[in-house]
Amino acid sequence: MTHQYPALTAEQKKELSDIALRIVAPGKGILAADESVGHMAKRLNQIGVENTEENRRLYRQILFSADSRVKKCIGGVIFFHETMYQKADDGTPFVQMIKDKGIVVGIKVDKGVVPLAGTDGETTTQGLDGLSERCAQYKKDGADFAKWRCVLKISDNTPSALAIMENANVLARYASICQQNGIVPIVEPEILPDGDHDLKRCQYVTEKVSSGAGSSAGTVLCRAGGLHAARSSQVLAAVYKALSDHHVYLEGTLLKPNMVTPGHSCPTKYSPEEIAMATVTALRRTVPPAVPGVTFLSGGQSEEEASINLNAINTCPLVRPWALTFSYGRALQASALGAWRGQRDNATAATEEFVKRAEVNGLAALGKYEGSGDDSGAAGQSLYVANHAY
Amino acid sequence: MSPPVPALSPEQKQELATIAQRIIAPGKGILAADESTGAIAKRLSSVGAENTEENRRWYRQLLFTADSRVDACIGGVILFHETLYQKADDGRPFPQVIRGKGALVGIKVDKGVVPLAGTNGETTTQGLDGLMERCAQYKKDGADFAKWRCVLKISEHTPTRLAVMENANVLARYASICQQNGIVPIVEPEILPDGDHDLKHCQYVTEKVGDVPVVSPCPHHVPVVSPPMSPCPQVLAAVYKALSDHHVYLEGTLLKPNMVTPGHACTKKYSPEEIAMATVTALRRTVPPAVPGITFLSGGQSEEEASLNLNAINRCPLARPWALTFSYGRALQASALRAWAGKKDNTKAAQEEYVKRALANSLACQGKYTPSGPAGAAASESLFVSNHAY
Repeated sequence: MTHQYPALTAEQKKELSDIALRIVAPGKGILAADESVGHMAKRLNQIGVENTEENRRLYRQILFSADSRVKKCIGGVIFFHETMYQKADDGTPFVQMIKDKGIVVGIKVDKGVVPLAGTDGETTTQGLDGLSERCAQYKKDGADFAKWRCVLKISDNTPSALAIMENANVLARYASICQQNGIVPIVEPEILPDGDHDLKRCQYVTEKVSSGAGSSAGTVLCRAGGLHAARSSQVLAAVYKALSDHHVYLEGTLLKPNMVTPGHSCPTKYSPEEIAMATVTALRRTVPPAVPGVTFLSGGQSEEEASINLNAINTCPLVRPWALTFSYGRALQASALGAWRGQRDNATAATEEFVKRAEVNGLAALGKYEGSGDDSGAAGQSLYVANHAY
Repeated sequence: MSPPVPALSPEQKQELATIAQRIIAPGKGILAADESTGAIAKRLSSVGAENTEENRRWYRQLLFTADSRVDACIGGVILFHETLYQKADDGRPFPQVIRGKGALVGIKVDKGVVPLAGTNGETTTQGLDGLMERCAQYKKDGADFAKWRCVLKISEHTPTRLAVMENANVLARYASICQQNGIVPIVEPEILPDGDHDLKHCQYVTEKVGDVPVVSPCPHHVPVVSPPMSPCPQVLAAVYKALSDHHVYLEGTLLKPNMVTPGHACTKKYSPEEIAMATVTALRRTVPPAVPGITFLSGGQSEEEASLNLNAINRCPLARPWALTFSYGRALQASALRAWAGKKDNTKAAQEEYVKRALANSLACQGKYTPSGPAGAAASESLFVSNHAY
């Protein structure tokens, strides 16, 4: 059916598409620095730092002061609202610092999850009220992309059809509104892979994850991993149906999904290649090629795991028509946070830790990272937090 | 399939069902006095009154303190936020005044329509953010039911599937959240019957509405209702599907639809019996019997038309398992407003006009209304306002 009332003009589409391509340019990914005030409390608490506005400012300054080495590996930075309007010690607005490095500024716009009555602890996400006006203002204030997180849980009776449908719909509404305001929406349907059920399901079952490339042996994943893959496909199918129904311009969007991994209680270790194969297969079945980039969230993976897995994804032998890169929060910041510990004297060393992870992930996004061979230190530590809330 | 975790306990269900039953008790309907500040501005200016907070307070007080003849006619009063926190001259908060007369207090909770990109001027409605908390507060402050208005337009290419689906979904989310807070949601999918197209459509004067039965007592043949009405069943079907998906307890809801009428530009006149037959037929096909009551909006009908049509609906020979009553704004207030004209001295005369319409509609919702004597000056005047926004 021809579309008689185009949602976007040709110029608007071009602007959105250009922004998206800049963010996921080869070798580049996203620094997710959009932790809410409550979420920052946990991070700072872990290093014994008080959660004040000043400390949050100082901490983000560490990240944003990174030198020109980050220009080649960071395409975008996601801000929290407070941070958009903060400045460096010398008075330079953070937004300007980022833009001066040729990096695109993004803004988290959702207002958190709310319960879906009649479900087993499932949620939708709120934040649509006045979103058009907020986007218009953020655009004026320097943002060119946005982020909105929905959460789905895997258990015996979830995600339910209601949760899938409602979250897909709200993501599509958000995306539509962003695009009307020249803002590229990152669509984030996170599928939480945690919970007791994982342990029960971690049985050795050989499940073929059939590859589109034909021959080769299937991937061995435990039942939890297989379930994660299947649910991811269901969720992504619903998301792209909703985006289509809401007239969202796919070339002007990005997707921020999980990698397909077994549950955290699963004792079996899977190779990066197995994780990559399961992930890419699920994406190939559901994400239209028009989507310019898939920017993975790191979930509870350690810094090193997140880089190794991303690298494997980029060397996976299946045809991959979208950029496959990172949108990492914890997996880019853990070492930096640990090095800083709230001391100004440690700022430079902390920034250096961040730059190291940024460069590593830039290589991983090109399939050129060979691994540090070193799992000690913060890089190898699991960053898993039960029932994680941003 | 019953939800894995019940959305409501038996006690919560009982409370909601009881509230709904009280609002639509035999002979009773709703006074919709929830005009927003902008909407009431038009009303006040049409009678030469200034739109001040005091005038708004005085005008509502006039309605809420009408004498005891209205007590048997009014089961509920819908308020705008400002009005919920205003007081009568004697210092009693309006909710207390209203409840003192045996009626329940309702509150408009939506935040107005917003555009759906890629459509021909179609909209959805916003207001879900923080709705849970707002409902909890309104319940504490005396409200037992709420109202949320969605709007769908009839034209050659609308309503689209997107508009129908999105509006049904947002109504279901609103309803679910209300019920979690002991508030009965009135679900209002208004179908705007205006526009040029009506004239073209009104040429289909002999079009059957599906397979409407010809019932022998009815003197008219098949009701001649034009295609603008056909989206109505689609909309209601989508609404009840969404309510089901979202685990909404139907016995604790009310529906506020249009009557099925031709567009206002349509030159042909239809009898109240024809309108009643078309309306009840559409409702029988889509509204489950579990819904305790249907409280019609008056749209642009004159006071007298709205009463006559409601009366015909209640005399329609088809089986009607729900109460069929009124939720009138303009059709209860027009004469009163005109009589008041912003002057305190006219209060008694204005109240008399309101009481007259309340009594008329109380009879109409029992199928016992017979107009006698000349109607009030304003009673027969059409209250149609193009592209009406509350």
